[in-house]
Amino acid sequence: MKFLCVECDRQMQFEERQLPGDGTLAAAFRCPACGRVVALLTNPMETQLVASLGVKIGGTTLPPQPMETVRGMVVTGREDAFDEGRERGAGSGPIWSMEAQERLARVPNFVRGMVKRIYLDYAKDRGIAEITPAVMDTARTELGLEGM
Amino acid sequence: MPLNIRTYHELTEADRSGLGDQIMTQRRRVADRLATVRRVVAVLSGKGGVGKSFVTAGLARALARSGRAAGVLDADFNGPTIPPLLSLPVARCTLHEDGIEPLVSAEGVRCFSMAFLVEDGRPLAFRGPDTESFVWRGALEAATLREFLADVAWGALDELLVDLPPGVQRFQELTELLPAPPAVLAVTIPTPESRDAVRRALRAAIELKAAPLGVVDNMVGGPFAGSAADELAAEFGIPVLARVPFHPTDDVFAGIARKLGSSR
Repeated sequence: MKFLCVECDRQMQFEERQLPGDGTLAAAFRCPACGRVVALLTNPMETQLVASLGVKIGGTTLPPQPMETVRGMVVTGREDAFDEGRERGAGSGPIWSMEAQERLARVPNFVRGMVKRIYLDYAKDRGIAEITPAVMDTARTELGLEGM
Repeated sequence: MPLNIRTYHELTEADRSGLGDQIMTQRRRVADRLATVRRVVAVLSGKGGVGKSFVTAGLARALARSGRAAGVLDADFNGPTIPPLLSLPVARCTLHEDGIEPLVSAEGVRCFSMAFLVEDGRPLAFRGPDTESFVWRGALEAATLREFLADVAWGALDELLVDLPPGVQRFQELTELLPAPPAVLAVTIPTPESRDAVRRALRAAIELKAAPLGVVDNMVGGPFAGSAADELAAEFGIPVLARVPFHPTDDVFAGIARKLGSSR
């Protein structure tokens, strides 16, 4: 997927990804010549189709998690389906603020381990020492973690 | 005056999304995971109720008892039945850095099933728009199959049996995900109705370059009359690997295991 600024005849560059709400996925692209920004907006069905393929518009920056699509999309998952104790990096890396821990605790157990891992990888990748709700919000929108 | 719009490939800067590359990375992950699996065998019939899961589990146990490393991927996500047929209780799945450990039966059969993940008594349900779920549900089930193949730490296996649901859609998805078409074990009951459904499924498999190993005649000696297995064997030039009665003994499946061993 590429975007062409027809006026400048230049390929536009990916700028950022956002989840502005109501199931919309937004991917913004900027023209390096004129600076114009356009945003691709998908409707909820299109957002779902992209998620169903296990791909991300704008590319991926973090390693895939085991069963990422299943864990992220199944809503009738067992609370005790996964033994999270052996997930990599447990107990190391960035710390979690109390508010972030409370928010994480509200994530269904079926997907909590993976969500925690993704936020940890995101924070480590960017040198963030403490994971706060604000960091979680930014990660969620940057990484396109709809529903997490 | 039409706008001057160039093609995708004429724009030479990187495609940051790289959706095609992301898909190829997923495929490579499947191939890498299955590099230590000698053969993938799809167990199919094209129709429900002929005992695919029963035959799959019996065969897997027989393979394990004969010393071969066997695994079962339960690809019937909406009606998973393999775990109880392997006497496998539902237990927590252990996560490692790059995969999930399969559960292992007393005989040593490695298994992964949606039954381990979904709450008892509830259907498999996905998050998504409330309406027209038929548009995206198929893609999500295909992604689930991909993750069961790629993200379960199957390890070194002689045979990975894939227990398919009725129909041929899951088989088509499996064939597209694998580096090479799987071998196929067809299961039928004696009736003409079963013969017709299995014929369609076998024809679809052959069109996708899959190699049929043979047909298992299941539920023989009971109320179902007909000669479906013999007719399919003659039509496709494949052997009838076993005739499985309603209450089979272990040696019936041991016989299939022996024949599979010699069909490499």
